[in-house]
Amino acid sequence: MTKKSPATKNTEATARDARQAPINAKLGADEKIQFYRDMVRIRRFEERCLRSYQQGKIGGFLHLYIGQESVAVGCCSVMGDNDHLITAYRDHGHALGVGMGMNELMAENFGKYTGCSKGKGGSMHYFDPSRHYWGGHGIVGGQVPLGVGLAYGLKYKGIKGACLTFMGDGAVNQGAVHESYNLAALMDLPVVFIIENNGYSMGTSQELSSAGASLAGRAEGYGMNWAIVENGYDVYAVRDQVSAALKLAHDQSKPSVLEIRTYRYRGHSVADPDSTYRDKTEIEEYKRTKDPIIYYQTALLAEGVLTEDIIKKIDESARAEVETSAQFAEHSPYPTMEDVKKDVYWEVDNPQDKKSTGCLFFD
Amino acid sequence: MPVITYREALRAAMAEELDRDPNVVIMGEEVGQFHGAYKVTEGLLAKYGPRRIVDTPISEAGFIGMGIGGAMLGLRPVMELMFFSFYSVAFDQIFNNAANIRYMSGGLINCPIVIRGPANGGTNVGATHSHTPESIAAYHPGIKVVVPSTPYDAKGLLKSAIRDNDPVMFMENTLLYGESGEVPDGEYLVPLGSAKVMREGGDISIIGHGRAIQMALKSADLLKEKHNLNAEIIDLRSIRPLDVETVLASVRKTSRVLLVEEAKPFCSVSAMLACIIQEKAFDYLDAPIRRVTSVDAPAIYSAPLEKEQLPTPQKIFDAALAVLK
Repeated sequence: MTKKSPATKNTEATARDARQAPINAKLGADEKIQFYRDMVRIRRFEERCLRSYQQGKIGGFLHLYIGQESVAVGCCSVMGDNDHLITAYRDHGHALGVGMGMNELMAENFGKYTGCSKGKGGSMHYFDPSRHYWGGHGIVGGQVPLGVGLAYGLKYKGIKGACLTFMGDGAVNQGAVHESYNLAALMDLPVVFIIENNGYSMGTSQELSSAGASLAGRAEGYGMNWAIVENGYDVYAVRDQVSAALKLAHDQSKPSVLEIRTYRYRGHSVADPDSTYRDKTEIEEYKRTKDPIIYYQTALLAEGVLTEDIIKKIDESARAEVETSAQFAEHSPYPTMEDVKKDVYWEVDNPQDKKSTGCLFFD
Repeated sequence: MPVITYREALRAAMAEELDRDPNVVIMGEEVGQFHGAYKVTEGLLAKYGPRRIVDTPISEAGFIGMGIGGAMLGLRPVMELMFFSFYSVAFDQIFNNAANIRYMSGGLINCPIVIRGPANGGTNVGATHSHTPESIAAYHPGIKVVVPSTPYDAKGLLKSAIRDNDPVMFMENTLLYGESGEVPDGEYLVPLGSAKVMREGGDISIIGHGRAIQMALKSADLLKEKHNLNAEIIDLRSIRPLDVETVLASVRKTSRVLLVEEAKPFCSVSAMLACIIQEKAFDYLDAPIRRVTSVDAPAIYSAPLEKEQLPTPQKIFDAALAVLK
């Protein structure tokens, strides 16, 4: 990317051209189908989460990713072996995108010991460092400095990798995000800041929450590269832009900011009745014209990659997988009271290597 | 044994750990070119270069968070807060991210970071730069808190803190930076969580941490000189982990307790200690536990009053006599 990526010109032509971009042109049918399958799996997972929440099996906050699937799948699909990812609390799509299993994710939502965080984190706090997935963070914008730190660590260790650091459009007004921009640009860190702009900062529209013409454009102030992916519903377009930003990070250790325009169909969390700040027709219009799964399905049908039969099988398989995960979660044990005080201090959990003395708990 | 300052002891600890472990990095405002706002890191940039000694912008939330992210990936960042008071600017990063990351990841992620800097009043800089947040930090499970009061402990504890796999808040004191003491050359460690009996005595236990301990030692001299009373002085050195056993052993011996600290009285370390002592050694107590803390108001700027707002040897002396009455 140059100062401003060529693909910042988000015309319909560039949208159609994304399929021809080198990163996409080289894709085989199997890979293309895999992206489709991944998007469908996310959606079915989220739908099953909602049902489990309504059944009282999942508590607390549940931020569904429905409508945004192309973003996580597109981003994760261009990550290399040394790339890392960190995100906020709408984290299910990214977790599935990096290959975490539905069982451990659903069990985490249920608060079960078999969950990816042993039931200690919940829906907003998934982790799997073995897959370079560093959470799952609950405070708006709070994960962004950590993403910069992960990029710093990669550069310090001489690893040619980058950290995809996700945030929502509401996070861009947090001070920590601006501090992170400054640090990344100042220190030439290999980080790609990705703003998943679904238009609403909880129940407040971008118009009512963020000054200035564009969110990504704030990168100008830090001399950082930036671009807007206007058609974030198109997995090809996401892949094209994110891979360019990753290349910049890998080859030149330069950060960039990508704003990916997307949309969520459900409320901010499932506790949001979604009745005060947007019109239902707006949601219906997006679903009708820009649904990422339908859009990609149509493209792949036209390309001759997908068939009705494959579509059906993928859907059935995803439904079976989520159902299995719900059963797994249901039949898994809860953590015990003994578990409550584990994983607080490394030292306590590794008594053979404990160096300190004295009391660490006070109850 | 060589005699060096508290400041030099801290610097020696960092240099030795920089030599020992390539994952150790020093970061903070003015730590490099400026040699440190209080000269603790003086000379380190010249010796270790800008890859290991990293100047950051005035951006505490950003750079502390960056250090936490680096720690998650296996670095051992030693972050300097120019004043520990600035921890509040990075509060979310420290107490939501560093403190919780191990827990919320079910033990998959560690955060071996040290956040160090001076946490004290008494320097005529007003309320914003005079915070003593030991109890606020120690309130958070997942965090460790260390407060050295001597050059020997400053070096030994900082080396232990850097090697620790959990996040450690390391609180120093600008009024101690220039104080000298015997410090061995080379390798030694002081484990976190061990208190130190600074002076033995049988009449009263005076227990605290940080610079208040230096004042307590002076008041112990007065008690001896004027009333032939022998105070036992316990320096906690570490707040979390806390050496409860050494505290209780002293309480059982003297049966009279005075707690001292520079912090404000409400929900402070001494308040917690008083709770622990009455719970575990109530039958040994011959008098109510008393405390000497800062006067309960924001730190005043006006110099003569600021001195009186903080603990003083005289106040500790008076309070000890009251406990012994």
